[in-house]
Parts: sequence; C-alpha cells; structure tokens
Amino acid sequence: MDWQGQKLAEQLMQILLLIAAVVAFVVGYTTASFRTMMLIYAGGVVLTSLITVPNWPFFNRHPLKWLDPSEAEKHPKPQVVVSSKKKPSKK
Amino acid sequence: MHSFGYRANALLTFAVTALAFICAIASFSDKFSNQNPSAEIQILNINRFKKQSRGNDEVSLTLDIAADLQSLFTWNTKQIFAFVAAEYETPKNSLNQVSLWDAIIPAKENAKFRIQVSNKYRFIDQGHNLRGKEFNLTLHWHVMPKTGKMFADKIVMSGYSLPDAYR
Repeated sequence: MDWQGQKLAEQLMQILLLIAAVVAFVVGYTTASFRTMMLIYAGGVVLTSLITVPNWPFFNRHPLKWLDPSEAEKHPKPQVVVSSKKKPSKK
Repeated sequence: MHSFGYRANALLTFAVTALAFICAIASFSDKFSNQNPSAEIQILNINRFKKQSRGNDEVSLTLDIAADLQSLFTWNTKQIFAFVAAEYETPKNSLNQVSLWDAIIPAKENAKFRIQVSNKYRFIDQGHNLRGKEFNLTLHWHVMPKTGKMFADKIVMSGYSLPDAYR
C-alpha cells in the first residue's frame, strides 16, 4: 500500500464507521429495537474491515518513483573530510 | 496504516470507540421518556397473625397487587425487578423493611398486571411490635437497562394496619 493509499484507507475507515454508527442509532431508535441497532452496526464494521483492511489494488495507484541507480553513480557522494580528532579505529 | 495488522488494529479501536458512543447516547435517550407508573395494593385477608415461640410476631397476608409499569420500558430496557415491602416504625428502629413479594418483569407486555397472592416471603418482625401497627406497603422497582446505569424508584402506599390481637 502506497502513501496515498494509506491516507485513503484511514479516511475511508473513519467515515464508513461513523456512517454505520449514525445509521444504526437512527434506525434502532426509530424502530425502538436495540437488537437492530447492534446488527446494523456489526454489519457496518464487517463491511468497513473488508474494504479497508486488505491491500486492495486501488490503494496502490500512486507508486513511489525511485531514481535509477545509474543516477547515483553519475553524481558521486562528496567525500567527508576526516578530521584529526577522529578515532584511529575508523582508519 | 502500512500493514494489515496495523489497519485491523486501528479499525477495531475506532469501531469500539464509536460503539461506546452510541451506547452512551442510547442510555441518554432514556431520559426523554415519560414515566408514569401506577400501583395499587389491597390486603384481602390476614390469614395468620401470631407470636412465634421465639417471641417474634409473624403475619401471613393475602395481597391484591395491581400495577402498571409499562411506561418504564424503553428501547434500552432489559428487564425490571419489582418487589413489595412492608415498611413500619418501631421504638428501636425508625425504618423496618420486610420484603413480601417480588417478580422479574422481562418485557413490556408483562408490565401491566394484577395478581392475588399470599406473601411470598415471611413477614416476621424482630420483636413483638406488630399488634395494631400502622404500616406502608411500598412497590419498589429496579430498572435494568441494556446499556447505562441501573436505577430504582418506588411508590409508597400508606394507611394499612394490622389487627390489635393475634388470631
């Protein structure tokens, strides 16, 4: 899962769970059934986990573009000037 | 949110928090229900009234209990425990409570009832103070909600009295 996919998964998870909670409470309250509320919410949690927990392909649409290794060879790292105070073991 | 386990953990935590919130709101919604319970108890007969060999007074009564507790049931109510207690004052104790009858009411349909019973639990005074005693019959109830705090209330009915002599 790429960076954008992780952000999307977290937002989806929170929004879907909040919707499930609100719908469950409203339906449960209007039908005066605590059991209905719990069943709707449980269904919402299962659906949300199916959508956001597995690594679905649509979470991987923004892969990171790494530079080609040859780029690093063309631009060598600047050499660190070793001072005299350095430990002798480094040499 | 980088791994399966991390996402599952975050989802579970958020789901349980939201569940706690809807349960709290469900409990809070109970406060908006109108409660107007009613009760009436008559003493049909005093079956037995005697002094035990140990010196304690014992009474056996037949009660006619009519009550309507339906308005106490909301969508968040699991059951109601109701009991009838005789309450009276003696020189030694300012309040004596003796439970005479109880019942668990599991559903709203059962909450409006009228029954005639003799006392389920024995009505015994710790002493011999019951002759000619004025006492109250109190219907207590404990409402057990599915979520939230249990609460109790009562209806006090006064003006009952026992005979002046044993029989």
